[in-house]
Amino acid sequence: MPFLALANIKKSFGQTQVVHDFNMAIEKGEFISFLGPSGCGKTTILRMIAGFEQPSGGTIHINGKDQTRLKPNQRNIGMVFQAYALFPNMTVFDNVAFGLKVAGQPKAEIETRVKEMLKLIHLEHLADRYPYQMSGGQQQRVALARALAPKPQVLLLDEPLSALDAKIRVSLREEIRQIQRQLGITTVFVTHDQEEALSISDRIVVMNAGRADQIGTPSDIYNRPTTRFVASFVGTLNIIEATIVDPAAGTVMIGDQTIALRESIADKTGGETISLALRPEAGSLSESAKGDTALTGKVVSANFLGSVVRTRIAVGKNTVSFDMFNSPDLVMPAPDEVVTLRFSAGDLLVIRD
Amino acid sequence: MSTASPFIDRRTIIDWLGIAPFMIFALMFLIVPTLYLVTGAFFNAEGQFTFQNIADLFTPTILSAYWISIKVSLASSLGGALIGFALAWAIVLGGLPSWIRNGLLTFSGVASNFAGVPLAFAFIATLGRTGLVTVFLRDWFGFNLYSTGFNLLSFFGLTITYMFFQIPLMVLILTPALDGLKKEWREASEILGASTWQYWRMIGLPILWPSLLGTSLLLFANAFGAIATAYALTGASLNIVPILLYAQIRGDVLHNPNLGYALALGMIVITGLSNVLYIWLRMRAERWQK
Amino acid sequence: MKMSKFFAWLAIAVGVTYFFVPLLGTFEFSLRMRRGEYSLDAYGSVFSDVQFQQTFGFSMLMALFTIAFGMLLVVPTAYWVRLRLPQMRPFVEFVTLMPLVIPAIVIVFGYLRLYNSSSYIPFTGSTFGTNILLVMSYITLSLPYMYRSVDTAMRTIDVRTLTEAAEILGAKWPTILFKCIFPNVMSGVLSGAFITFAIVIGEFTMAALLNRPAFGPYLQLVGANKAYEPSALAIIAFAITWLSMGLIQLVSRFGKLTQSRP
Repeated sequence: MPFLALANIKKSFGQTQVVHDFNMAIEKGEFISFLGPSGCGKTTILRMIAGFEQPSGGTIHINGKDQTRLKPNQRNIGMVFQAYALFPNMTVFDNVAFGLKVAGQPKAEIETRVKEMLKLIHLEHLADRYPYQMSGGQQQRVALARALAPKPQVLLLDEPLSALDAKIRVSLREEIRQIQRQLGITTVFVTHDQEEALSISDRIVVMNAGRADQIGTPSDIYNRPTTRFVASFVGTLNIIEATIVDPAAGTVMIGDQTIALRESIADKTGGETISLALRPEAGSLSESAKGDTALTGKVVSANFLGSVVRTRIAVGKNTVSFDMFNSPDLVMPAPDEVVTLRFSAGDLLVIRD
Repeated sequence: MSTASPFIDRRTIIDWLGIAPFMIFALMFLIVPTLYLVTGAFFNAEGQFTFQNIADLFTPTILSAYWISIKVSLASSLGGALIGFALAWAIVLGGLPSWIRNGLLTFSGVASNFAGVPLAFAFIATLGRTGLVTVFLRDWFGFNLYSTGFNLLSFFGLTITYMFFQIPLMVLILTPALDGLKKEWREASEILGASTWQYWRMIGLPILWPSLLGTSLLLFANAFGAIATAYALTGASLNIVPILLYAQIRGDVLHNPNLGYALALGMIVITGLSNVLYIWLRMRAERWQK
Repeated sequence: MKMSKFFAWLAIAVGVTYFFVPLLGTFEFSLRMRRGEYSLDAYGSVFSDVQFQQTFGFSMLMALFTIAFGMLLVVPTAYWVRLRLPQMRPFVEFVTLMPLVIPAIVIVFGYLRLYNSSSYIPFTGSTFGTNILLVMSYITLSLPYMYRSVDTAMRTIDVRTLTEAAEILGAKWPTILFKCIFPNVMSGVLSGAFITFAIVIGEFTMAALLNRPAFGPYLQLVGANKAYEPSALAIIAFAITWLSMGLIQLVSRFGKLTQSRP
């Protein structure tokens, strides 16, 4: 039996339905990310798990117990909010102690547990500070400690990193993942940042318009997107429009160039337009690159992004981006130069919506 | 560089000249008149230094005037704070339609400025011996309000009248403060297991405390110095400090002009003390703020 | 959730009852002048009273002077403090808030002793001088409100940048003050003006103790001597206050529209 089970969850606000028949089974100790653009329903699902919103239909079970009608303060769930939401009138110590205090635990136990939690987030020395005296990253770590102190069954993270600076975002997400592993706590993480989701999750749920488009491991989601939405939202996948030449042979035409696919398109008919996905790091300009497929096009732009150079070339009506690793002797392609992009036919995925 | 310093000096002088009109005004019409009374309280009619005026304040009439004034101000400010808080809470967090919020705020803007003599008339017309409510209770329920010992020209009557401008003032100041309570604080406390009561006791009220307290003390000073409503309501029959001082100014009823100064000094001390108390409490309450 | 909504409605119901019953009572009372039927006689009697016209006119005039001179004092001061003397801000703000702490009756008591006919500055020695003193006392009373509304308006337009821009274009300070600053803080000036008006028009303490024939003392006199007219006057006064506040709302809405330009 899954530890956290969402069954046929529906949610409507007035006339608009924001979550449609959502099903999900989360195992104990799993780190699950809900990934999607704003308004896709991911935060609403999180808030229903927390109990801040009542589902219009369906059930929520944690550890076999029905939680659907319980109030938030009866669920024993930990939650970290986007805007920290530390209590401004309390010190770090009192913030972390809050959940234990309202649960009526003895003073000595509270003190031990709070110290343990502060140690976990490496902020023992700031116990007497008030929230306003700390940086955003520190505040969010305190918020994490506060959520974990009462030993919740489930930890919910509502875009906890999006208010922070880029550098702190990366280090804090690693810290969160490490603490989560250490405690083995079942965690649901909501984010609109695909890099974040890919880097720390066991599984990712890509949400689109109130539905789960795809549920899978980060590698699955990134390498084998099943819908056009997943392909375009996760990573910077190229979507290339192609016309089928011969379904049996698997040949398609892109602009005026014909190439063969490895994936079978025998179920399609000739002349039909299909979408193909190509990851930007799959291609190369090098003559010696191994690759059985090539596309020729005119360079639209080449941008230096630090570790990679991203080049966009026009092939027929499509613009295809690809990344080359930076090296000091790399020659950047010039605009309007005609180049040949080589890649393996296996890297071209057929998008079946 | 050597030419810079006289230039700066001239500029500094101009800078200070810029607020000279304000300074002169404040001195002439606010600071010096007040100081004049304060110092006058320590001199006798012959111009000699004395504490006699202060000592004379501790006579039964004057003491009771101060006592009633303090009671009315305390009761009306606490009552105003309590009801004002309930109303502000209702429009911010009560989940009421927004037209109620807008309506109440607009009305509060008006009612908080509706004080003085007309306010007294309104309450006489309502709760006076032939007022609407008094007559209504008598004719429909056979209930004689005035037989219960109620009297509009009393401590209770004055308090209930003052609350007409105290409550709206509280609503106006507290509504933005309540708007400042973040929804996430409530949610965070809930998910950590706190009840509504625990949220208010441990988070909501401590955060609102400075504004609540500050407004209450402002209401206190507001009521303590008010005279027009009381005078129009009760004539000179209710013995509160502003009315006593009014009578003293008009006709030297205390037969000692310098005792009048002491009376005024007493008022300044009480409103001043309430403000010092406010600043001190606020500093304590705001340790957690920037 | 249901519970809190119930209490919210309950609070509103209590509030509405407390606030509307006196207004209703006053209105009902003001209509009772003619025996046995409702009439507007009390209002007719008020409006035809020569003293009403005179005192109301006098208070209107005093209010206008208070607003004009008050703003002439407050706007340049607030501007100067923001621009040149930011270190004086706490002090100036403290002074402007003092009238909320020191009761009006104490202030006017000081005036009477300090500026009597035998003093160096005998304001109260002549009618004209007493009128000046009355206007000054009203400016003092409304100082907290005027200063706050003007200062808030200045904060939103960033006077420093505006002044520097005008200076670069070669404007002299009177031009800056009257052509750039005044128009831009107009919404603040007007809100301050209307609230001042609401305070001054029925003010009692200052006018009574300075012995001026103003509307406030007249109200008190009517209250002591007549039965139905006071209620009519209270309704009129409430309407005037409502009008002032309505104008403030109108002005601040208008101010928001114009302020989107800079």
